[in-house]
Amino acid sequence: MSTTAIGAPVSPPDIPAHPAHPAQPGQPGPPRQVRGGLLDPRQLWRSAPDALRKLNPATLYRNPVMFIVEIGAVFTTVLAIRDETAFAWLIVIWLWLTALFANLAEAVAEGRGKAQAEALRRTKTDTLARRLTPAGGEEQVPAPRLRQGDRVVVEAGEFIPGDGDVVEGIASVDESAITGESAPVIREAGGDRSSVTGGTRVLSDRIVVEITQKPGESFIDRMIALVEGANRQKTPNEIALNILLASLTIVFVLAVATLQPLAIFSKAQQPGIPDTSALGGNGVTGIVLVSLLVCLIPTTIGALLSAIGIAGMDRLVQRNVLAMSGRAVEAAGDVNTLLLDKTGTITIGNREAREFLPVGGTDEHELARAAQLSSLADETPEGRSIVIYAKNTYGLRERAPGELTHARFVAFTAQTRMSGVDLGGSAGGQPASEVRKGAASSVMAWVTERGGTIPPDAGELVDGISASGGTPLLVAEATDGAARVLGIVALRDIVKQGMRERFDEMRRMGIRTVMITGDNPLTARSIAEEAGVDDFLAEATPEDKLALIRREQEGGKLVAMTGDGTNDAPALAQADVGVAMNSGTSAAKEAGNMVDLDSNPTKLIEIVEIGKQLLITRGALTTFSIANDVAKYFAIIPAIFAAVYPGLDTLNIMRLHSPQSAILSAVIFNALVIIALIPLALRGVRYRPASASRMLRRNLCLYGLGGLIVPFIGIKLIDLAIQFIPGAR
Amino acid sequence: MNTTTAGLVFVVVLVGALALSYGPFGDYMYRVYTSKRHLRMERAVYRLVGVDPEADQRWSTYLRSVLAFSVVGVLFLYALLRLQHRLPLSLGFAGMEPGQAFNTAVSFVTNTNWQSYSGESTLGHLAQMAGLAVQNFVSAAVGMSVAIALVRGLTRKRTDQVGNFWVDLTRTCLRILLPVAVVAAVVLIAGGAIQNLHGSRAITTLAGGTQRVTGGPVASQEAIKEFGTNGGGFYNVNSAHPFENPTSWTNWLQIYLLLLIGFSLPRTFGRMVGNTRQGLAIVAVMAGLLIASFAVNAGFQMAHHGTVPSAVGAAAEGTETRFGIPGSAAFASSTTMTSTGAVDSFHDSYTSLGGATLLVNMMLGEIAPGGTGSGLYGMLILAVITVFVAGLMIGRTPEYLGKKIGSREIKFASLYILTTPAVALIGTAAAMARPGERAGMLNAGAHGLSEVLYAFTSAANNNGSAFAGITVNTNWYNTALGIAMLAGRFLPMVFVLGLAGSLARQQPVPISAGTLPTQRPQFAGMLAGVAVIVVALTYFPALALGPLAEGLH
Repeated sequence: MSTTAIGAPVSPPDIPAHPAHPAQPGQPGPPRQVRGGLLDPRQLWRSAPDALRKLNPATLYRNPVMFIVEIGAVFTTVLAIRDETAFAWLIVIWLWLTALFANLAEAVAEGRGKAQAEALRRTKTDTLARRLTPAGGEEQVPAPRLRQGDRVVVEAGEFIPGDGDVVEGIASVDESAITGESAPVIREAGGDRSSVTGGTRVLSDRIVVEITQKPGESFIDRMIALVEGANRQKTPNEIALNILLASLTIVFVLAVATLQPLAIFSKAQQPGIPDTSALGGNGVTGIVLVSLLVCLIPTTIGALLSAIGIAGMDRLVQRNVLAMSGRAVEAAGDVNTLLLDKTGTITIGNREAREFLPVGGTDEHELARAAQLSSLADETPEGRSIVIYAKNTYGLRERAPGELTHARFVAFTAQTRMSGVDLGGSAGGQPASEVRKGAASSVMAWVTERGGTIPPDAGELVDGISASGGTPLLVAEATDGAARVLGIVALRDIVKQGMRERFDEMRRMGIRTVMITGDNPLTARSIAEEAGVDDFLAEATPEDKLALIRREQEGGKLVAMTGDGTNDAPALAQADVGVAMNSGTSAAKEAGNMVDLDSNPTKLIEIVEIGKQLLITRGALTTFSIANDVAKYFAIIPAIFAAVYPGLDTLNIMRLHSPQSAILSAVIFNALVIIALIPLALRGVRYRPASASRMLRRNLCLYGLGGLIVPFIGIKLIDLAIQFIPGAR
Repeated sequence: MNTTTAGLVFVVVLVGALALSYGPFGDYMYRVYTSKRHLRMERAVYRLVGVDPEADQRWSTYLRSVLAFSVVGVLFLYALLRLQHRLPLSLGFAGMEPGQAFNTAVSFVTNTNWQSYSGESTLGHLAQMAGLAVQNFVSAAVGMSVAIALVRGLTRKRTDQVGNFWVDLTRTCLRILLPVAVVAAVVLIAGGAIQNLHGSRAITTLAGGTQRVTGGPVASQEAIKEFGTNGGGFYNVNSAHPFENPTSWTNWLQIYLLLLIGFSLPRTFGRMVGNTRQGLAIVAVMAGLLIASFAVNAGFQMAHHGTVPSAVGAAAEGTETRFGIPGSAAFASSTTMTSTGAVDSFHDSYTSLGGATLLVNMMLGEIAPGGTGSGLYGMLILAVITVFVAGLMIGRTPEYLGKKIGSREIKFASLYILTTPAVALIGTAAAMARPGERAGMLNAGAHGLSEVLYAFTSAANNNGSAFAGITVNTNWYNTALGIAMLAGRFLPMVFVLGLAGSLARQQPVPISAGTLPTQRPQFAGMLAGVAVIVVALTYFPALALGPLAEGLH
């Protein structure tokens, strides 16, 4: 590593608020929560057939908790047929509904993905590709028959037949089919904007595309598979949680099964007491035993677990991010280090004029005027920013190039690194004055050539601006052959608004942010301090990035980064979360485990939040589900045994109407809570960046304490409502 | 000084003494387990057994060593008990019956010390000294070794080795258990406990009658009985016997001894993981649970509304008048919260709800502070479960002390949590389903059910205390409880060591502001909450039909 500088974590001094800038697309606002779409009741109805289909034990067995519910439902149905009481049938109905509601949650979550997949499928039109033959000719081939390495020609108005890289030409492409963004994008051969996606349409010009996909494995194909959740695999945390839930289920099966001999004994000890619908000489009735079991096993989280996972991926898709695996989404929540490219992520894309510094007695206004004049022909963003700055700060009207008579404009080129204007004089003769603006060294040379001298304070200012991370541009004028330096325009990187707050949030969440930049260490440090990142990597080469990621990972850290270029591919592959920009090369997209269709590097922060939200939702609902059991015990145990041991009626603290209504209320609550929580599962619990203990305190209070209290109220309310219906009286 | 004040002083001094020894004794054990030096005597042991003390073991090898050592222990003890009549110092007692010998051998090797026999009328001095007392030492040491292996799993990185069982075992015995036991025995002798090799003698009582009294090496066995949280008394009535526990202050000392290792090991843990506050959090949870249990228990005993209790001021039935209610309640809470199971009062005679607290203590899985070693690993397993749920709630893959809690870790932890309730509940249900075993109950109804539930909970948790009242010296109970003890001891050890192995392999995750702080009161509170909720949910139905049915009016 040659010139890498990793700064110590910087604690930047207070920096005065910079002037307001027009909002940039994708610019982060103040902290906000990750939101999902709302649940439409019609969606529940539409998903009902799917939910019924999912009752098939051949598929349901994958969800052990709900599988037990289904077995219980079948068992009680048999019992209810043999012993026809209204109470038994009510329980049976609600047990089936419990299983159905769980399936409904999953079906609704999948349904949203299916709708998206439908929209994508429509874009898969069967086009004919114009394949170039080795001989130099052209042949018509159906798009699905294209192979890797084939070259095809696409002209304005035609669809690109498959994923690939542009190898010849430049074109504007409408990618709205996959990104939803209607503004066309430029795709050109070479460089980092060469990748095109099948199904998108060329709007202008002609390009030659080399196909990089295998048949049937196009980007759109993969996208469809992803949003449909066709081969959704459980993520590591989901597997771990499933194990915990399964063992809790076993504990409760044991607790309920071993209750029976104890119940028989207890009943036999009190011979005078008549049988009830809950407890007879053969112990607790099958219907009630199953009810107790279903209420105790963690059905709430068991029912919603897969919906949470699907909805998490779905939230990413809604933000135009495609995750190639759920594992990557989960890893995003665990990220310790975030590598962010300076340009586009931390700063808005380009540097802007922020200051005019006159030298050698020049008037500030004169400098501003000269700077503006000389920049009129400079179409680079820097040049335009000078014109705007002069207008805004000095009230200088922006003039169109044609407005000035006898003016000859000198456009900016990468060779001269100067732009300017020649004013006055007759056509063909010597101009009265020439104004130039450009890179310090070029303008200095230009002045010296014309016999001018460089004032010493100009050199000092140039060095000072460079040192503080800015770019100095010199403005000079030559009147009648005598050249002099008028002053300096300081260009600076503009840190996006709200970034400092974002990074402070990240720090509170325990995520270290590292800015990656090609700038020299001095410039990098100054921007890093202004933006409030923890660290920076200056003069970064792709190798440096890779080395940095490896170093972080050796310490056990998880690293996330974004990238677009081919040379980013190794680092993207090495990072635990690699987000490739859709505008980038195919190599980058292959290497990363997510693709951002908006090509917005700030998205990484949102991805981290979605990853965390996914885990929090699971944890919160697990806690809620387990805490619920306390109330259910207090409803069901006295209902079963108070007849034998009247003292146990003390446990009936909800004062439920009758044993039947108590048991039924618990079962109904258990089923309804699933439906009630579907929106939460799909949306994810509210997430606000905060330290671990604060977040835990909040979620424990909400879902732990809430889970303890809510069912007491819910069961009581249901009991009040159902105590009049036959079977529960 | 009235009873309440006396009780308060008793408990406050106890808490103070444990707090004072926490640091020094925990640090001492830390040095024992991390020292590179071997004592000469230890080297001799290693040469004798033929192990290389420098070679660490993988978790599976460590486990095999634990199991092999324990199997040999069971076989040896079984043989000794069966054949005691052919050996010296038998005091003329016959060999034990097979069922009871199996039960007793298993009971002492598993650190349960459930006694289906009556010591003074069954066993000679050789069986007591060479059989039971030896297991009192080594079974305690096995538990501590396994706990230390788990702590190593948490501290080591990218290795598959969790320590050397033979070194841990030898060091625990020679450097920790023996020295303290020797001193404690001498102190107990000074307090009036007997230490001799006398057989049964006839004495004339004050009233003029004659009584046969058995002497023996009581003090030496008493010391390790408490210090190693064993609980197998020399006499049938255990620590209620004046030769075992002569005075109120020896009663205090015994409670102190049985809590000492349990409460100091978290310090050792904190030192080993390099953050003593982590140990403090664990010990705070233990202390909180124990003090709460004691307060509830003493409260139920003092405030009982029966006719007789009201007349004498408290439910004093079954308690030793020498120790009074607070001394008895403190002993009862401590003995059921550790895996000791020694008693100085009769749990069967406690009020229904007072007895229920003792039952719940054991159901907690003996984690506050629990048996020697087993308490720490039980608590750490619960910490893993707590971290998992809490970790999800803060949006990160859960991690404890930098180690990620993934599916493999959760699998081991879940199996651990599952084992003891499964054994206790299945055992109870099986006994209640059999008419013959139901007949073994002394009491009818809910109280009888509590007796059976207590027996299996005690065996599955390796506690060893009995609710009494129930006749357990039958082949069925001897065998069933023996199996319960084996399963309740060694299955958890398999999962603990498995967990240690999978933790040791990991590269730790660095700590950041996003890491769940596991040394703060917040986490300690949540850990205590998880412990209580898990138990409440698992055992509520059984408790409802036992002590709750009896106690609620």
